[in-house]
Amino acid sequence: MKERIVITGIGLTCPLGNSVNEFRQNLLAGKSGITHQEIRHMGKVAMGRCNFEETLYQSKKMRKRGTRAGAIAIYCAHEALKDADLKMDTLDTSRIGVYLGVTEHGNVETENEIHELYNLHNKDVSLWSHHHNPRTVANNPAGEVTLNLKITGPHYTIGAACAAGNLGPIQGAQMLALGEIDVALAGGVSESTGTFGIFAAFASQGALGHHDDPSMATRPLDKNRNGIVVSEGGAIFVMERLSDALKRGATIYAEIAGYHCNSDAADFVLPLTERQVECMSKAMKHADMTPADIDIVNMHATGTQMGDIQECEAVGGLFGASPNTKINCTKGFIGHAMGAAGALELAGNLGSFEDGLVHSCHGIQELDPKCALPTLVLDTPVQASVKTILNNSFGMLGINSALIVKKYQTL
Amino acid sequence: MTQVQVRDAVLAIIADIAMDQDVTGLNDELALREQLDLDSMDFLDIVMELKKRHKIDVPQEDYTKLATLKSCVDYLTPKFKQ
Repeated sequence: MKERIVITGIGLTCPLGNSVNEFRQNLLAGKSGITHQEIRHMGKVAMGRCNFEETLYQSKKMRKRGTRAGAIAIYCAHEALKDADLKMDTLDTSRIGVYLGVTEHGNVETENEIHELYNLHNKDVSLWSHHHNPRTVANNPAGEVTLNLKITGPHYTIGAACAAGNLGPIQGAQMLALGEIDVALAGGVSESTGTFGIFAAFASQGALGHHDDPSMATRPLDKNRNGIVVSEGGAIFVMERLSDALKRGATIYAEIAGYHCNSDAADFVLPLTERQVECMSKAMKHADMTPADIDIVNMHATGTQMGDIQECEAVGGLFGASPNTKINCTKGFIGHAMGAAGALELAGNLGSFEDGLVHSCHGIQELDPKCALPTLVLDTPVQASVKTILNNSFGMLGINSALIVKKYQTL
Repeated sequence: MTQVQVRDAVLAIIADIAMDQDVTGLNDELALREQLDLDSMDFLDIVMELKKRHKIDVPQEDYTKLATLKSCVDYLTPKFKQ
């Protein structure tokens, strides 16, 4: 990339913690963030819920007015700015952009309103909430961040199914490179555990992960995996041009090395190996790297039968001849955080640059022979000198994304 | 309901909407917006809660009658009696 873009702050909440350090330590310790919870119409399901303080950075009134995704985004944005040691009163707020990936937004509020309409209000639509529209507009989580932090630069969400967590940071990098903004708050968020419809749809599709032990409900790459566990969460990165970051003496987590996004143009839900290979290949070309240059591939691996096999074919085909490329997946620990997944999983791996460890997978009791990649980090972290990470995130309607970051080094 | 009871009912709604603020020392004659951090969405919340809790409709042209606690009580007391 011509303009060097770096990550200088991370704010996150996920089922395994409310800061990047807490998340990292729990990943390395092999903990699970999945629990059984009751949800409307579905009863007990395995899911990943966050446990952050919703009103740490906003009033109770504004929390009630907004959405869970907005609350997650506000928490992550404040934490990211604090982590980056950036204070709002020192920034030109018109030069801050907020770009958040979302898989979906609005289902939670719509389901709640319809539930009340039928069960409490006898279908009297005059009692339909006037908050419905501002809560369900697609830009809601990013907009809530700007309202809360008084940011007057651009904000929008990027609807990219489960590739969205990569697309937020990619958008941030692009806007910084174009000079449209000076600081990006970019990442992904999800409130999907609040909507029964997503669970019910995965169940109807035969793709809802389940197990008597919730920590085993989603087991990407395990032979007996039975599907996805839906999670909520968010991760927002502070991103800056390298020159700006150096000028203020910022701590640099990583540099954006390259990325690519493409479309399968093939099926509503089924992934396509060929296009995934193309996506990763073009991301590496963008980064001026070859497979041997990639130290970690963090797979999308959601725990579905076909999805995991097809991605393993893609990753194995590209990195099979690269013995130093370690391969891991994160969803066995925290479930599938939908629009937040890509950003959270990248955040969970960035610690490798400093601690020299690659976190493992979680829940693999019997590795699926079709997923037996030779450099897979199965069940315990391994030591490695990590300087590059390729993060895969794919989504429905055939959207693929690969984001490559590298350890910051002066040239 | 008496005027005192109507005032209590309105105040209960405002307390639930203002949430973070203390509503016990409000001056009945002063505009609510001068004493509390309330915006247009909050007033729509008040209207909605009057409808949900007490089945009272406040038409849009009457929204200004909710400006102070006293004007609320004056305007709403006859409606509570209907």
